[in-house]
Amino acid sequence: MKVGIPSEINPNELRVAATPKTVLRLIKQGFSVFIQENAGVKANFSNAAFEEAGATIVSTAADIYSNSDIVLKVLGPTYEEVDMMKEGLVLLSYLWPAQNPELLQKLADKKVNAVAMDAIPRISRAQKMDVLSSMANISGYRAVIEGANYYGKFLNGQITAAGKVDPAKILVVGAGVAGLAAIGAANSLGAIVRAFDTRKEVAEQIESMGASFLTVEIEEDGATSSGYSKVMSQEFIDAEMKLFLEQAADVDIIITTALIPGRDAPKLILDYHVAAMKPGSVIVDLAASCGGNCTMTKPGEVYTTENGVTILGKLNQLPNQASQLYGNNLCHLLDDMGKAENFKIDMEDDVVSRAMVTYDGKINWPPKPLPVSPQKPVVAPVEVEDPKIVAARKAKQEATGMVIKLCAIGALLLVLGQFAPAEFMQHFTVFVLSVFIGWQVIWNVSHSLHTPLMAVTNAISGIIIVGGLLQTTSDISSPMTILAFVAILVASINIVGGFLVTHRMLKMFKK
Amino acid sequence: MIVKEIQIAAYLFASILFILSLGGLSSQESAKRGVFYGIIGMAIAILATVLGQGVEGHVYIIVAIAIAAVIGTLVARKVEMTSMPQLVAILHSFVGLAAVLVGFGSYLDVHTQSLIGTEHTIHLVEVFIGVFIGAITFTGSIIAWGKLDGKVMSKPLLYPGRHLVNIILLIACFVLGYLFTVAPGLDGMMYLYMMTAIASFIGIMLVMAIGGADMPVVVSMLNSYSGWAAAAAGFMLGNDLLIVTGALVGSSGAILSIIMCKAMNRSFISVILGGFGAVTTGVAQEMEGEVTSLDHQAVAELLKDAKSVVIVPGYGMAVAKAQYPIFDMVQYLRKEGKDVKFAIHPVAGRLPGHMNVLLAEANVPYDIVLEMDEINEDLPHTDVVMVIGANDVVNPGAQDDPASPIYGMPVIEAWKAKTVIIMKRSMAVGYAGVENPLFYKENSEMLYGDAKDSVDKILSYLKG
Repeated sequence: MKVGIPSEINPNELRVAATPKTVLRLIKQGFSVFIQENAGVKANFSNAAFEEAGATIVSTAADIYSNSDIVLKVLGPTYEEVDMMKEGLVLLSYLWPAQNPELLQKLADKKVNAVAMDAIPRISRAQKMDVLSSMANISGYRAVIEGANYYGKFLNGQITAAGKVDPAKILVVGAGVAGLAAIGAANSLGAIVRAFDTRKEVAEQIESMGASFLTVEIEEDGATSSGYSKVMSQEFIDAEMKLFLEQAADVDIIITTALIPGRDAPKLILDYHVAAMKPGSVIVDLAASCGGNCTMTKPGEVYTTENGVTILGKLNQLPNQASQLYGNNLCHLLDDMGKAENFKIDMEDDVVSRAMVTYDGKINWPPKPLPVSPQKPVVAPVEVEDPKIVAARKAKQEATGMVIKLCAIGALLLVLGQFAPAEFMQHFTVFVLSVFIGWQVIWNVSHSLHTPLMAVTNAISGIIIVGGLLQTTSDISSPMTILAFVAILVASINIVGGFLVTHRMLKMFKK
Repeated sequence: MIVKEIQIAAYLFASILFILSLGGLSSQESAKRGVFYGIIGMAIAILATVLGQGVEGHVYIIVAIAIAAVIGTLVARKVEMTSMPQLVAILHSFVGLAAVLVGFGSYLDVHTQSLIGTEHTIHLVEVFIGVFIGAITFTGSIIAWGKLDGKVMSKPLLYPGRHLVNIILLIACFVLGYLFTVAPGLDGMMYLYMMTAIASFIGIMLVMAIGGADMPVVVSMLNSYSGWAAAAAGFMLGNDLLIVTGALVGSSGAILSIIMCKAMNRSFISVILGGFGAVTTGVAQEMEGEVTSLDHQAVAELLKDAKSVVIVPGYGMAVAKAQYPIFDMVQYLRKEGKDVKFAIHPVAGRLPGHMNVLLAEANVPYDIVLEMDEINEDLPHTDVVMVIGANDVVNPGAQDDPASPIYGMPVIEAWKAKTVIIMKRSMAVGYAGVENPLFYKENSEMLYGDAKDSVDKILSYLKG
């Protein structure tokens, strides 16, 4: 099977859909790889490097589109590119299917089987092919680096002989992958980081990356089953705007990452927020390509407003790194689809069927929703009524079973109490409670300590010595004393040996 | 001489210390403190008993403890970490023996004769049960020791109709028990002897029927029995401390057995009844492919090129005492900037946690020693997996061959790594007696020879 990689046409796109390393992987998967001349130059991958990895260099895009079985691209194709494609071609690229219905139609008409890499469902199994995550990770990192570049001061606080420097305050809006990556990068540079997200469940993740979680005083959770956030109520938005106004006046850098799939980016930082910011502050708008989270963002541009706030509407993509990760994502997907030998478009597969936006001449978009829960399960009373009832029924059954068992145990104990003398019952009580304690305590023992546990319980079971001690009499010739003597002897060996050997073992455990 | 109330208070304190002692083992940091609690608890228990009312013959007690202390110290000092399983097994047998002796002693005790009615009957039942459990523990542990030490063949000894025989023996014990409780005076002694003989025989056959691979379960099961034996002794002597401690140890051993069984995907009952490894019904998969082997130099080259290495140790490492050279090699590789980890299967070795102890002995830091579940997802990205003396725990047949006797047992998925090096003495099967398809996989290479020698040689090539 032939895999082709054309050059990206868009002059702003520096990435390429394969790198020498991913070419090696593709060849290992059994594909033969064709790459357009100079496709990787902007990302610092030379033609020679691709050739060395085993790819064949092809001079025109037309050759690629007409000869390949599978085409790997970064940006979605232009109409001209679609025209060059042969029927039955499998295309892997960004497509933004919700925003580009005409492009989908055109691809479908051409009978191109197009996989929108941006539509890979965000389920655990598909994480390795999730380009949104891998690219968001890069942009989150870059947002901090470039923001710091335009911000004229240190990010970390310092007390020096030349005076005190306050740490920079950074607000991250939206704690998806990009937001969390930005928090991590900003935090490690020493800035004070705050983060806002409408989804309450990410508070823990935000805090784990070292930022404080900002919240509004309104009970509304923006989490949805897709893992993205939903559009919030007006009341919530008002409170949010008020919070942003307070923060805008206080922070030095704002990084916005809020995206809602299939829509323009929500406007979160409005003109009056920008006006409230201090001169020299920076806004990095990661949603610029979808219209921007800030009303004053100019997509693709970096400029300074009248009150001295620099707004970044574009970022360096780290094309080399990004190409590598994107290329790996593509390799993983091809791996999942059966490599060269068993390559198959399996429309039963959750991942493929959702990302394959055109198949066999038909548009396959939007797909049916697939609930994912990478975080904690969200309680949504209306939707989950059925499972709740099921769970309740199950709990009821379990409770009934438990009651029956307990009744049986109780009855048995009563019968026992009827016949056994009081002293026995007292000992029996101690016995049963001890079993329960032992049961609780032992489950906590760490796996690596099972051998020491055994040795120590072994030593402790030497407590049987007490039995021997109680039976010793001063008459050594009595059989009872002889028995007791031997019992004490063996039990003591057990105690001494057991404890010593445990001690010896534990001495060896060290970090 | 202390009064009974003080003695009870001391017993209570000792019980608390024992519970804290076991609780301390929940982490490496607190484990040493746990042992300390155990020792204090034991000392208090013994002192409170000896100083209590009704104890005579202090001289004999001191003599017995002194002799035992010397023997115990010598044994604990001398024992090799690799023969830890044997030691634990033989120590279990001592508890069993002590329980039998205490049981007989209690029957001979004049106080017993003074009891009447239900109390007398209950006491006799307690004696009978205590001796029964004690005897099984005693002989079972001795056989377990023999198997672990290689003195008794490790293959399960199975004969037709053994379940029937066991049931008949159990019924016989019940009958003897009845006769024992109704016999006047010391006339029941005869029945007690007979039952002890039968129970000893059951103990032997119970462990004989269990295969070598199930040894961790057997050892923890015997650990449990020794606890129940102590608890039974507590009932016959009316001593709460014995009951508490016995119950703690008994439930501890039971939990360990359950954990081990889960790790092997086997039901507890079927392990106890024996017969693992011999009950293969279906025809085992035909082995396809070829077994290829490498020499030490080639392995060293592979390791030089690898970024990540995972080592899967097994009983073979213990036998060859290879943990020291392995750690030397690991240190060298780590210095070279490679990511080296150990992967431990829950039932690797012959004791629960056996491998952890051996690695700890060689000073391997415990944060690079991972459990099966933690490592399995990393294995597809691992360059080299070195399987050192492990076999059944890396058998892919457990996942894809329903005819395999170990089908369904969770295993370390070594075959998912780029290259697997299997260090082995020969092509012989593992303790479970099952062929291992891993050896026939394309990405596996064998390295024959003693684990210790091999690692030494690899290390010299690495450095050279």
